[in-house]
Amino acid sequence: MLILASKFFVYAVLFSSLVAALGVVMLPNLFHSALSLVATLIGIAALYLALQAEFIAVVQVLLYVGAVMTLIIFAIMLTHRIGDQTIPQKNQQSVPAFLALAAFVGMVSTLILQSNWPVNETAARVDALALGKALLGVYIFPFEIISVVLIAGLIGAVVIARKD
Amino acid sequence: MPIPLSHILIFSTLLFAIGLYGVLVRRNVIGILISIELILNAVNVNLIAFSRAHPLNPEMGQVFAIFVITLAALAATVGLAIVLALYRVKRTIYADEVNLLKW
Repeated sequence: MLILASKFFVYAVLFSSLVAALGVVMLPNLFHSALSLVATLIGIAALYLALQAEFIAVVQVLLYVGAVMTLIIFAIMLTHRIGDQTIPQKNQQSVPAFLALAAFVGMVSTLILQSNWPVNETAARVDALALGKALLGVYIFPFEIISVVLIAGLIGAVVIARKD
Repeated sequence: MPIPLSHILIFSTLLFAIGLYGVLVRRNVIGILISIELILNAVNVNLIAFSRAHPLNPEMGQVFAIFVITLAALAATVGLAIVLALYRVKRTIYADEVNLLKW
């Protein structure tokens, strides 16, 4: 009974995330679509919790919902003419894009359903301690590369966005 | 696994397709950046699902999910800085109105 309820919960989370993601690309007002993106990201964080990746779920909420969304909403407020509903928000490629992506989804879904995925049920649980040890042990080189890239991006963003 | 792996993979395929639709169809540059965030999240869902389902090396998927989240935040920062600079120069954020490099 509990397993059935948790299955139902996961499917409900997946479905509502997809509906919110459709809202992200369909809503005409960009501020509403940013709020819809918040709903999608929180749904994906709940999926991470269901997959026992608690640390990633927390990072998702902190970094995406906290930091990136604040940045995006700031940029919308600074640039967007929100009240103006007469400007079209889509270009003319809506129908061909939809048809091509429907074909893509159909093909990939068929492939996924026909493949035989090896699933190991007795997976070791990865907690934050093991993750930190891996991050500063085996994966120390990409970790350092990421920090260099972060510094470069930080300086680049300041240089691009400042008034001169 | 609470639900079969293939259902999570189909979910992330749909998420990727929705994000790609937004990238192709939106006129607003910030809308395109938001759709790119959707695509990167679809990648992350796949990484976490595979690291849970078939752990040859159980930390690997989560570590690379953290890297992808970092790079997504960086992409949003630099992209929005470019958008603000563009708005200051051209007074528009619609991608089809910016055609300086086209001829």
